[in-house]
Amino acid sequence: MKEHPLQIKMNTNTKLKVSNLTKTRKSSDFFWAYLMIAPTMLGLFIFYLWPIFQTFYFSFTEWGAFGQFEWTGLDNYKRMLEDTNLLKSFKNTGIYIIFTVPIGIILSILIAVLLNQKIKGKSVYRTLYFLPVITMPAAIAMVWKWLYNSDYGLLNYILSLFGIKGPQWVSDPKIALYSIIVVAIWSGIGYNMVIFLSGLQGIPKSYYEAAEIDGAGPISVFFKITLPLLSPVIFFVSITSLIGAFQVFDLIFMMIGKSSTALESTQSVVYLFYQHAFVLNDKGYAAAIAVLLLVVILIITAIQMVLQKKWVHYD
Amino acid sequence: MKKWLLLLLTVILGLIGLAGCSNDDTASGDGKVEITYGFWDKKQVAAIDEVIKLFNEKYPDIKVKTEITPYGQYFQKLETAATGAALPDVMWMNGAHVQQYAEGKVILPLTDLAKKDNYSLDNYPKSLTDLYTVKGEIFGIPKDFDTTGLWYNKKIFDEAGVPYPDDSWDWNKLKEVAKKLTDKDKDIWGFAATMGNQGGYYDLIWQNGGYIISDDGKSAGFDQPEAIEALNYNISFIKEGLSPTQAQMTETAVSELFSSGKVAMMFDGPWMVQEYKNNPDINVAVVPKGKQRAVSIHGLANVIAANTKHKDAAWKFVQFLGSKEAAEIFAKTGTVIPAYNDTQDAWVQAVPTINLQAFIDGVDYSVPLPNEKRTGEIWQYETDVLKKVWSEEESIEDGVKELTEKANEALSKK
Repeated sequence: MKEHPLQIKMNTNTKLKVSNLTKTRKSSDFFWAYLMIAPTMLGLFIFYLWPIFQTFYFSFTEWGAFGQFEWTGLDNYKRMLEDTNLLKSFKNTGIYIIFTVPIGIILSILIAVLLNQKIKGKSVYRTLYFLPVITMPAAIAMVWKWLYNSDYGLLNYILSLFGIKGPQWVSDPKIALYSIIVVAIWSGIGYNMVIFLSGLQGIPKSYYEAAEIDGAGPISVFFKITLPLLSPVIFFVSITSLIGAFQVFDLIFMMIGKSSTALESTQSVVYLFYQHAFVLNDKGYAAAIAVLLLVVILIITAIQMVLQKKWVHYD
Repeated sequence: MKKWLLLLLTVILGLIGLAGCSNDDTASGDGKVEITYGFWDKKQVAAIDEVIKLFNEKYPDIKVKTEITPYGQYFQKLETAATGAALPDVMWMNGAHVQQYAEGKVILPLTDLAKKDNYSLDNYPKSLTDLYTVKGEIFGIPKDFDTTGLWYNKKIFDEAGVPYPDDSWDWNKLKEVAKKLTDKDKDIWGFAATMGNQGGYYDLIWQNGGYIISDDGKSAGFDQPEAIEALNYNISFIKEGLSPTQAQMTETAVSELFSSGKVAMMFDGPWMVQEYKNNPDINVAVVPKGKQRAVSIHGLANVIAANTKHKDAAWKFVQFLGSKEAAEIFAKTGTVIPAYNDTQDAWVQAVPTINLQAFIDGVDYSVPLPNEKRTGEIWQYETDVLKKVWSEEESIEDGVKELTEKANEALSKK
């Protein structure tokens, strides 16, 4: 590129001026940008970050009535070591995750792939699968609780038509957790399905056309093209649904009564947190449980981040 | 230019948000005061609305806003609200929590206010004013009280040809009739052995000569032989198939099993009158006697938040809630047994189809619920531990041992 004579005449002074100008424009841009995001950032700090620090601080305290607390150091964490309930709640949460996350993801991929085909009434099906997502969890829990009712529920009534005496779905300690898992999977499919659908639509048609010309069948197309190209989305969904599954509370709270015999075998970590924080007014210990849960989620998410290099294909 | 417009919009929107938050205060600018009234029982909403209407005829400038929270969350919400200084101005209180709230200085002592206005506390049963007196100061004006009765379904008795319960019944008779009425083919249970303390195992323990918390307030009596025997009697109904199991009773509310004719008899309080009064099959009798006669008695009171901004208005409202006028409304609607002396007869007559006198008869041999500072916590432990006993996962002996240890620990806390 040849330099224009005029430009050579322009001395370095003017160049400096220009760069100064861009600098001031930049900083004023920053100012405006920050001002615009200030409401959100403020909310984030006040309602998310500050409570996290507070929770961390409170996990070293013991609470009395009406907001009085005293510093007790590591007492809450020592108490955790002997707390069999906590161990059990982690076990329950673990079982819940092992079933809901993989099954939920597999089912929603399958449904997303099927609904991505050219079939009649596609949008009707999409709406149907998405309906549970826009329904209040409380309403879902109440309806399922009724379906599950061992004496008067629809489920056991249908079973009785075949001469089978149905179990106590939400009261039998051996079954209750799995009953909740079914509801959780059912109500979570729609949300993940929509994310997978958008991921599927981002896969270029040319790949499929090329595969067709090469004579690949639908199954090998699915495993050789769809799955690898969908893997970033699968990764995203598996992280969000894992974190979500760790925090399960509402379904258990709504479907398992306080005096239910199945409570011990279904209560999740967050349920135990709730129990200590708001029922027993043991907010210090509850804060310690929350911190522990945060650490566990952090570690598992970090492991996922490391493992993704092995299976996630970005283009 | 555009940016300034945006900024302006942001500020305006922000201000609208702020104004929305402070609406409540500006509304009371025209001399009107708004106070909130917190309580838990939705069955009493109609009566309370009527009381508020009457109150407003007298004090048109005090607006009362009601705030209902289901009992299961009521005290959790109060606790949080008290921590954040956001309590309702006037609210219901029970005996289990009054000491904790009084000592935490969350509710207002009313002794001086009552003295100043010559407000007499002699209009209420002494056992109730005593319940709400902490260290010589009265903290709540009694609202109502309740005892236990044996509710029964006449239709099931008639079909089985068994005479209705009366005051001659004892524990053996109850068991015997429960056996007669239980009909597996028709899915009818003779008795519901619910896992509740008031109107449940507390009453039975007292009938058997046991105690819940010792007189010195230092130890719980769940592991005493009388208590174990009482719990054993209670659970035997489930073991022998005369009562729905604990699982069935948590999946379907017992009151629903009872009102739909699946359960013939159960213990419960007068707060069920509203729900049962339109069912012609349901009536109530006095509770059968054990070694002695006993039922639990408990009453609610209206209290004022210590940090209320409208102390005078709140006190006026509490006085009115404790007045004879208000008591008569509660009596007339058959909602609860009003605490105001001599208004109980009106309550008994309010629902002639149900023998409400059974609840009043119980007053003579009633035992007040414990009101130690840690009672609320002990109740939580009772639910946690006894549900395992009720569902036969744990033996009674192991259960009461665990429960007594936990309760004693709670009692030893300051």
